[in-house]
Amino acid sequence: MTAGIAQLAYLIAGALFILALYWMNSPVTARKGVSAGVAGTAMAVVATWAEPSVVHSGWIILAIIGGFLVGIPLSRVPLTAVPQRTALSHAFGGGAAGLVGTAEFYLHLTGGSTALTPFRTGAIMAEIVLGYLTFTGSLMAAAKLQELKWIPQRPVTYPLQNVGNLLILAAAVAIAIAITFNPTAPWAPALFLLVVALALVFGVLLIIPIGGADMPTVIAILNAYAGLSAVAMGFVLDNRLLITAGALDGSSGLILAIVMSRAMNRPFTNVLFGAFGRATQTAAVDETKVYKSETVDGVAQVLEQAAFVVIIPGYGMAVAQAQHKVRELYDQLRKRDIKVKFAIHPVAGRMPGHMNVLLAEADIPYTDLVEMDEINPEMPQCDVALVIGANDVVNPAARSEPHSPIYGMPIIEADKARTVIAIKRGRSPGFSGLENDLYFTDHTWMLFGDASVVVGELVKQLAADAAGGRKQAA
Amino acid sequence: MTDVWGMIYVFMLASFLGLGVIRRVSRLLHTPLMSLTNAMSAIAVVGAILVSGGEYPTSIRVLGTIALFASMTNIVSGFLITHRMLALFKTRRAEGTPR
Repeated sequence: MTAGIAQLAYLIAGALFILALYWMNSPVTARKGVSAGVAGTAMAVVATWAEPSVVHSGWIILAIIGGFLVGIPLSRVPLTAVPQRTALSHAFGGGAAGLVGTAEFYLHLTGGSTALTPFRTGAIMAEIVLGYLTFTGSLMAAAKLQELKWIPQRPVTYPLQNVGNLLILAAAVAIAIAITFNPTAPWAPALFLLVVALALVFGVLLIIPIGGADMPTVIAILNAYAGLSAVAMGFVLDNRLLITAGALDGSSGLILAIVMSRAMNRPFTNVLFGAFGRATQTAAVDETKVYKSETVDGVAQVLEQAAFVVIIPGYGMAVAQAQHKVRELYDQLRKRDIKVKFAIHPVAGRMPGHMNVLLAEADIPYTDLVEMDEINPEMPQCDVALVIGANDVVNPAARSEPHSPIYGMPIIEADKARTVIAIKRGRSPGFSGLENDLYFTDHTWMLFGDASVVVGELVKQLAADAAGGRKQAA
Repeated sequence: MTDVWGMIYVFMLASFLGLGVIRRVSRLLHTPLMSLTNAMSAIAVVGAILVSGGEYPTSIRVLGTIALFASMTNIVSGFLITHRMLALFKTRRAEGTPR
């Protein structure tokens, strides 16, 4: 009887999860999705807690309180830190799967109720390998994103790295298969711990060679791994809700990883096992090219003449905390009936969709945030393309230079606008170390300085012009 | 006897369903999508509850309790931050800017 009620609760929870994702297709309905997710989770937790086999509640209550004590502060991080938080939550998800898998294995070993069939043992092995490698891999990714001092930011490479990593993974899988078919062998418990250790090490080694530019893809892949470890747990526990939720999480991570790898023009096979070795570029600067600089005053005048302005933000804008100044600039331009759109490249932030969240926080209506594929056909009609803290995503070399490491990567075609204004902190090349020819074209003007300061001055100038204009008219 | 093929079948269906539904998620919302699916996959908490609250050796229950804490953290922070981010997405405000 109670078993039937629990199964019904799981069934409804599964349906609520699917609805939650369905409602995410539009910002209008998305908030309903969160409520559905919460309801589904609450039902499943209560139903499980009520199972007859759950006889002790003290530790459960303590762990739930602990989860709230840590979870609430984690949900209040600045939005620039959301990628780290997400990586950390993948670590927690993977770690939880690994621990439950470990517990299940030793439980069955010491004469549990259900036998260690090859299927169940195989599922446990998949659960712990995926869980533990996601745990350390995501911790590494979170540390890199948080820019912790004792974790190297730059990709670390050494000879035979790929071969070594694959050997470690192959060893872990081989031992896991051996245990799967001989779970009660006397050597199994010891070798089980060896698999755990190998998976933990592999997770670290997987992330070490990956640089900051690849982080959006890596987070999505770790997302998929965390989901798959939950699926494996569902197989172990014979729980279809877990399989469903894990599969939804896994396919979400997979799709996001594909979107990200396409946006960076990297073959997906290259990405599946992490981004092994990024092509290193020796930027050969053969000639000294000249920038044309413009003053704040001049840029303000150019903007006032425009009818259609496209703002192209990059992570540099977020680093300078310039979002709110950019919103003020947006307001100034809109006041003059200038059409303003934001062109968002899929990898503009540090995780999928990150830039949209950062701009939404600055109160910019999401209806003016436009995807790359939608804005590019409009770029020739654009009077001013204003590039703020973006670099590679507007580099025309991606179209024209077959030797460039970013050749083939889809870009926002800022160079097709009538005028390009690029706000840039300094004269050095960007994150990838590539020269950007956009800055040297005839119709590009550079505005050097901290994005927040420069945009602030621009807003002041525009506001003063508006006031001056009104006085003259009066 | 566990229904092995039944479970694999559920996995297959849920994967295709996930690919279909998530492909339609607005690109605007990819960050909240990730925090939402993350919170939902923390439903692995049910496994942790069974291990933590069962009549098992203490060492086993400790593992389950740590896993329960980790999953609960994901549930709480995942849903809260998704809610917080989604609340930021607004359409254009009423054009009440003074002229």
